[in-house]
Amino acid sequence: MAKITYIENNGKSHSVDVADGLTVMEGAVQNNIPGIDADCGGGMACATCHVYVKDEWFDKINKKSEGEDDMIDQAYEPKKSSRLSCQIQVSSEIDGLEVHLPEKQI
Amino acid sequence: MIKTDALIIGAGPTGLFTAHQLKLIGLNCEIVDNLDKIGGQCIELYPDKPIYDIPAIPECTGEELTNNLLEQLKPFNIKFHLGERVDELKKDNEKWNVKTSKGTVFETPNVIIAGGVGSFEPRKFSPKECEQFENKTILYSIKNKKIFDGKTVSIFGGGDSALDWALELSKTSKVNLIHRRDEFRAIQATVDKVKELSNDGKINLITNSQLKTVSGNGKLEEIEIENDNKETKKLKTDFALGFFGLIMQLGPIANWGLNLNKKTVEVDTEKFETNQKGIYAVGDICNYPGKLKLILSGFHEGALAARACFKLARPNEKYRFEFTTSSKTIQNRLGVKSD
Repeated sequence: MAKITYIENNGKSHSVDVADGLTVMEGAVQNNIPGIDADCGGGMACATCHVYVKDEWFDKINKKSEGEDDMIDQAYEPKKSSRLSCQIQVSSEIDGLEVHLPEKQI
Repeated sequence: MIKTDALIIGAGPTGLFTAHQLKLIGLNCEIVDNLDKIGGQCIELYPDKPIYDIPAIPECTGEELTNNLLEQLKPFNIKFHLGERVDELKKDNEKWNVKTSKGTVFETPNVIIAGGVGSFEPRKFSPKECEQFENKTILYSIKNKKIFDGKTVSIFGGGDSALDWALELSKTSKVNLIHRRDEFRAIQATVDKVKELSNDGKINLITNSQLKTVSGNGKLEEIEIENDNKETKKLKTDFALGFFGLIMQLGPIANWGLNLNKKTVEVDTEKFETNQKGIYAVGDICNYPGKLKLILSGFHEGALAARACFKLARPNEKYRFEFTTSSKTIQNRLGVKSD
């Protein structure tokens, strides 16, 4: 279990407990957190679960999947800190993770 | 004007199987899709990815699934309208009047929306200033490459479309190729060629940079790009081309007076009808308690919606349930020999 905080582009933040083994995307969808569309359902086939992860967390979460950057190329306003939340695995090691949501996904 | 018993919006697996069900029960139908090819998400997003949960098919790719569905549709002559988006839908007496982006008009008692997550559209540049130049000097696809002859063209993106066009246009135009990182997702041979032309000074390759803003009087004149260190740079340009892949948008469906829930359409679970009589939604785009976004659910939903269409298309006939194994009528429609 890890507490994950999702911070919307307007600053509104949502903290939820997410079970180990889920992804950060699933944590958002299951808790109805606005701003994560996840159109493809976690198949890494779209870029609508795009989040920004600040430096202090970027190296603590699992590394990017093969092809993830190719999808991020197609995201809305990608940055160096961009990740697809469907590729971030939740475990107690990332308890306290904060992710920032882009202004929009599409 | 094309008259049909049912119009299907979306040529993904659900739309294809729904067409099959309509034809089996003796109704005609046509299919419209905004993409220029058949298969929907299966073809556009994951043609090579194996799918493991299609009943009785242990494993198949999105492309194989599409091909098998087309094979199943072979006995029927289904007309596809590809590269057309359904823009307008109006009630005209008891029928629906449907108009596409290419001006095709349908009259039908039944419209089945099998639109997945909406229509695929190119992702656009995010700076708002770009809008005023869109479709003129800021483009997301190329119809006539002659317009670039002798001009400066700034191409954004790191995939095959961006790199292929950079190579092609570098023969006749001055090309800037700008990408947000220094790795490309295009095929290696293309990437090598771009790097070679960049070394020879024939393509101005700029990596780790993105578009910040654009300016111009009536037409695009200058773009400003920003790199990862927040340093900006201005470039004179006549055109900007963005190749960032496709995104899925609900599009005009949002304006048809349907009950929407986020990006899905609310339906009942008997006919998969929306709040508008004669408009159904099936597959990923529909929503009801317990909805599962699986391809197999789309098949079930399409089969039931097809039966519901019968009532409106043949108001004076009674629908009779029949099996393909025993019905001579169905076997005739399929063109198979019956005993």
